[in-house]
Amino acid sequence: MSDTSTQPAIRTRGVTRDFMAGSQAITVLHGIDVEIRAGELTYLVGESGSGKTTLISIMCGILYPTLGEVEVFGTDIYRLSDAELVAFRLRNIGFIFQQYNLIPSIDAASNAAVPLIAQGVARAEARARAVEMLAALNIADQADKLPSQLSGGQQQRVAIARALVHRPRLVVCDEPTAALDARSGRRVMDLLREVAVAPDRACIIVTHDNRIFDLADRILRLEDGYITHDGAHMPEDH
Amino acid sequence: MIWIAIRMLTGDAQKFYGLVFGIAFSTLLITQQLTIFVNLLERGASAVFNVPSADIWVMDRVSRTTDVAYPMPSTALDKVRSVPGVEWAAPHLRATASVRTGDGDLEGVAIVGVDDATLIGLPRRMAEGSIDVLSRPDTVIIDDVGTTNMFEDGRSPIGERLELNDQRAVIRGIADAVPSFTSQVTLYTKYSQALRYVPGTRNRLSFVLVGAAPGVDHQQLVARIEAETGLRARTRDQFAQDGIDFIVENTGIPLNFGITVALGFVVGVAIVGLTFSLFIRDNIKQFGALKAIGVANGTIRRMVAAQAALVGLIGYGLGVLGTIAFIWSFSAVPTFKGFYIPWQIPLISLAAVVLILALTGWIALRRVLKTEPAAVFR
Repeated sequence: MSDTSTQPAIRTRGVTRDFMAGSQAITVLHGIDVEIRAGELTYLVGESGSGKTTLISIMCGILYPTLGEVEVFGTDIYRLSDAELVAFRLRNIGFIFQQYNLIPSIDAASNAAVPLIAQGVARAEARARAVEMLAALNIADQADKLPSQLSGGQQQRVAIARALVHRPRLVVCDEPTAALDARSGRRVMDLLREVAVAPDRACIIVTHDNRIFDLADRILRLEDGYITHDGAHMPEDH
Repeated sequence: MIWIAIRMLTGDAQKFYGLVFGIAFSTLLITQQLTIFVNLLERGASAVFNVPSADIWVMDRVSRTTDVAYPMPSTALDKVRSVPGVEWAAPHLRATASVRTGDGDLEGVAIVGVDDATLIGLPRRMAEGSIDVLSRPDTVIIDDVGTTNMFEDGRSPIGERLELNDQRAVIRGIADAVPSFTSQVTLYTKYSQALRYVPGTRNRLSFVLVGAAPGVDHQQLVARIEAETGLRARTRDQFAQDGIDFIVENTGIPLNFGITVALGFVVGVAIVGLTFSLFIRDNIKQFGALKAIGVANGTIRRMVAAQAALVGLIGYGLGVLGTIAFIWSFSAVPTFKGFYIPWQIPLISLAAVVLILALTGWIALRRVLKTEPAAVFR
């Protein structure tokens, strides 16, 4: 892996993705070339069907592109073997899913500790580090509660803790404000900026919530599989 | 991750108990039915097991089992005694008769005539009384299961007078015997007395029981007896197996028990398969998230295997314990007298459980492995 100070966190070159609909191939992404920088909160926005979910899946190594290359912190991730790619994700990427996908039968601290446990860290140590992360998110007192005993906001914080507990260099967040009112949505984005954005870490948010566009450092807009906007603000016509 | 897998499973109490119940029920059905089947089959050899002192049974060439025997002339006994390697030979008579009890009930019974001098042919143990009572006139010894069949009101049969094929008989002892396949009442008496009870044909000697001289190979002695007497001879184990084979070949019991055992397996597959697939369906997002986070397929396989192993271990244990409880609680019932669980049967059940879990776990696992990690973003 190369020096992170001089290279982009993510660089895609000519990323194309086709899906088969019966015998017909539908191209969802058309040769995407983009660079994502560390230390920035980058939004990936677009209407449903614009290709943003496909692009983010390819960027974080969970969906192979039909054509093109993806480098994450200097590693061409789709040249790795399947096992190496899985291990790369485990070490370098943190995920915050829209529906959190917490395991309902283990408590908040254990949920937050999952990436560490998967890395082979002893359960007690993993849990202690997870509690530290929950404390940073102001919910250390909820560490022993099951997800069903937590409010939606608390569950989201547990999901954030799970994404950050192993100190990944790339954090991917899917529609974090989709189910929230405007004020709660902005609070979550403030929290994410506070804990997820760091000089050596890239943070990408997939969203179509225009109420939070002003909180981004950079916005990439996708339309029909093409990037049609790249800037700090959304254009006036949006 | 194994710990997480176990917590995922046990946290969903409804499905966890459903899976355990499915395995336990299957194990119970398979183990219990196989146990009854094997023990019933062994009843086909009960008459052989009841005479442990006989190394070899000699009979007419057409005789097949203790209950399907063609009588021989009494001279057969002398022929057998003259074969080198025979330590002793004793006459043995088996026949059926009708008995009328003091209450006027009619019962079909088996008459066993044992050697007058040595009493070889009697079961090894007596439940009540002594074998010496056979020296008294008109004496019969009844088997213990026969007692419960013939005297259902629970009164002691000792001293009871019977009308046995129109002859007087008095019960003076109870033998601790392995019941026959049909649990028919068996009456033991001296050979000479038995000849009186069984209506006369010229030949009435059913078997000659043989003790081999020390150091003589039983199989070689069998061959020698057959060669020198022209009769059929079987070692104890061979003749016991003949009785078992006769039931297997001539009754629908193996088929009936086989169907029940197969049903146990199918029910297990159905309950466990359905519950497992419901469990996986309910947790597919969690599994998808784990895969996206970076949990390898090998680890996912181990997680599902651990879940299956836990369910299997608890369910199998409960099923076997249930069978033990069943056999133990019915051990006082004459029908189940002497029933035991052969060590091979729990192993067969274990194999069936492993097969059920491997099959259902594999089907469930396929769904997890097929789930694309990218699906968590959809």
